[in-house]
Amino acid sequence: MSIAAKANALWEYANPRKFLATSERVLPFFWITSLACICVGLIWGFFFTPDDYKQGSTVKIIYLHVPAALMAINCWLMMLVTSLVWLVRRHHVSALAARAAAPIGIVMTMIALLTGAIWGQPMWGTWWAWDPRLTSFLILFLFYLGYVALWEAIEDPDTAADLTSVLCLVGSVFAILSRYAVNFWNQGLHQGASVMRAAAVTGADTEEKVSNVFFYPLLICIIGFVLLFIALVLYRTGTEIRARRIKALMARERVGG
Amino acid sequence: MTLTVSDLSITRGGIPVLEGLSFELPPGKALILRGPNGIGKTTLLRTLAGLQPPLEGTIEGAEDQIAYAAHSDGLKPTLTVTENLMFWASVFGTSGIQRALDTFDLNELAERHAGNLSAGQKRRLGLARMLVTGRPIWMLDEPTVSLDINAVQMFADAVRAHLGQGGSALIATHIDLGLDGEVLDVGPNKAKPKPIDDFDGGFL
Amino acid sequence: MIALLLRDLKLAFRAGGGFGLGLAFFLIVTVMVPFAVGPQSSLLSTIAPGVLWLGALLACLLSLDRLLALDWEDGSLDLLATAPLPLESVVTIKALAHWLTTGLPLVLAAPFLGVLLNLPVPGFFWLVMSLLIGTPAMSVIGTFGAALTVGLKRGGLLLSLLVLPLYVPTLIFGAEVARRGATAMEVQTPLLMLAGITAATIALLPFASAAVLRINLR
Repeated sequence: MSIAAKANALWEYANPRKFLATSERVLPFFWITSLACICVGLIWGFFFTPDDYKQGSTVKIIYLHVPAALMAINCWLMMLVTSLVWLVRRHHVSALAARAAAPIGIVMTMIALLTGAIWGQPMWGTWWAWDPRLTSFLILFLFYLGYVALWEAIEDPDTAADLTSVLCLVGSVFAILSRYAVNFWNQGLHQGASVMRAAAVTGADTEEKVSNVFFYPLLICIIGFVLLFIALVLYRTGTEIRARRIKALMARERVGG
Repeated sequence: MTLTVSDLSITRGGIPVLEGLSFELPPGKALILRGPNGIGKTTLLRTLAGLQPPLEGTIEGAEDQIAYAAHSDGLKPTLTVTENLMFWASVFGTSGIQRALDTFDLNELAERHAGNLSAGQKRRLGLARMLVTGRPIWMLDEPTVSLDINAVQMFADAVRAHLGQGGSALIATHIDLGLDGEVLDVGPNKAKPKPIDDFDGGFL
Repeated sequence: MIALLLRDLKLAFRAGGGFGLGLAFFLIVTVMVPFAVGPQSSLLSTIAPGVLWLGALLACLLSLDRLLALDWEDGSLDLLATAPLPLESVVTIKALAHWLTTGLPLVLAAPFLGVLLNLPVPGFFWLVMSLLIGTPAMSVIGTFGAALTVGLKRGGLLLSLLVLPLYVPTLIFGAEVARRGATAMEVQTPLLMLAGITAATIALLPFASAAVLRINLR
């Protein structure tokens, strides 16, 4: 199959019916594997890794904090991509997927902020500090709120999809701007991103390195969260499609079918 | 310039209201749009004016030719009659509002604030705006609402003069204006629900 | 284009146009601050740049829901959309009119309110400069928010919710310039960032605002 044909095959899932049929088939797999990964990762992480020499057992909140924070950002990225697809190709499923993902993003951001506060209290002696990372997440949270509020406020689904897509695009630019602004504004307490950095993995900077003992269960947790996110988005998009179908049926009824 | 509409389908709030509509509006002619309430006359006029995209079909000869008068006239109550008209004249790049004032008998009201006018006087001011746009195709949505008999006559004369100068008009109205225009009855073009297979992009 | 600007200015200055409301709000917010935080002049002079920036931002925000809503309600927006003027120009002019009637008066009033808050002397110049450069961005971003919410019945609160996160970079760099100016620190970096944000929003955001307005009009 050529690349173009493959791409065309991918667009087929933009058909609501095809999407529903496929997502129903793959959903059990995502539910089971995500729950398995999260259970294994958390149990391994909580009970079978040593306490950190400096942070004690509080370090173990990392198994929730880091995956949630990653998903909070990636969820916005997914919304950005699906919004663009809606604006360019006008596939309804794409717009509905963005709508379905937003509340998941809100929850992930809240988990990241809450676990961060619980971690920060013993470590930094404060629940909250206006640190760049914390502040950026708070701003991201506000962006999510505005996005969801706009979806809820507009009656016509196509208008709502158009407006929220443009908001998502403009918001993304301003979110990145805010990130730089906040970095400039306060240098911060939060350690650097220690998981994905090459130096952290190779152990070049031993101070902030996440040692392999913590790394493997964390990786499993992250995979679990990614799978959970996919499952939730598929499930919620299915719900949105069914809601649209009911609306379409009712509109048809009124027209007199 | 002839306005040509072929096989036009339009939607309101995602629901198709009219479909398969075709007609021509040559210069010098008026077309009276009739049909029961809610059939989609306003939506049709808005679509032709370029405010919303048609679902299917083509509209030719409409680009930058249409002067559109909606239910509300876009008048600013704190501006005077002259200021209101002058504003639209400069937006459309025309000069001279005197003819518009004369045609709709607004000279005496010229310095009054639009907010102090009666509903009928406001409507006359709104219709006078059509003249200052200098555009050949008029689209009028229920233009005679709140006009008295004299004012209706004034309006009919204005339309006749406009047609005489090679303009054209599409008027959604239920009263007889005494114009020798064709009647376009949009009732028969009412959209019927499509078969369940291709309704709403496959949502069913 | 000039006609639209002149009309908007005329409407703003006539009775019921709402000119001066933002200014009065700015005044009241600033006057209330010492009642809330106490009268110590050292504390007031520390927080003065930030308070003045926040006050100006809120005053700007307050006037946004009238920016397009009035023209929407009386049908002028429909008529403007069918006029030869492109909607991109319409939203730019609207933003300019908003800045002239709201932003500019705030900039001019800020030094007087700075006296009330005991702003250090070197801070006055940079406060005015930062507001002068930053308020146009607030008007342009606000126009985008107003275009997003124009068709909604109770869009006012939603408008604030949507616009406030977009104001964050402007607020951070703007207040930073004023703060650094007040303590006689180097202001070049935040000043350039602020000017960059303003220039970029003026250049690009009207396209998004016009697109959104076109969607709302259909």
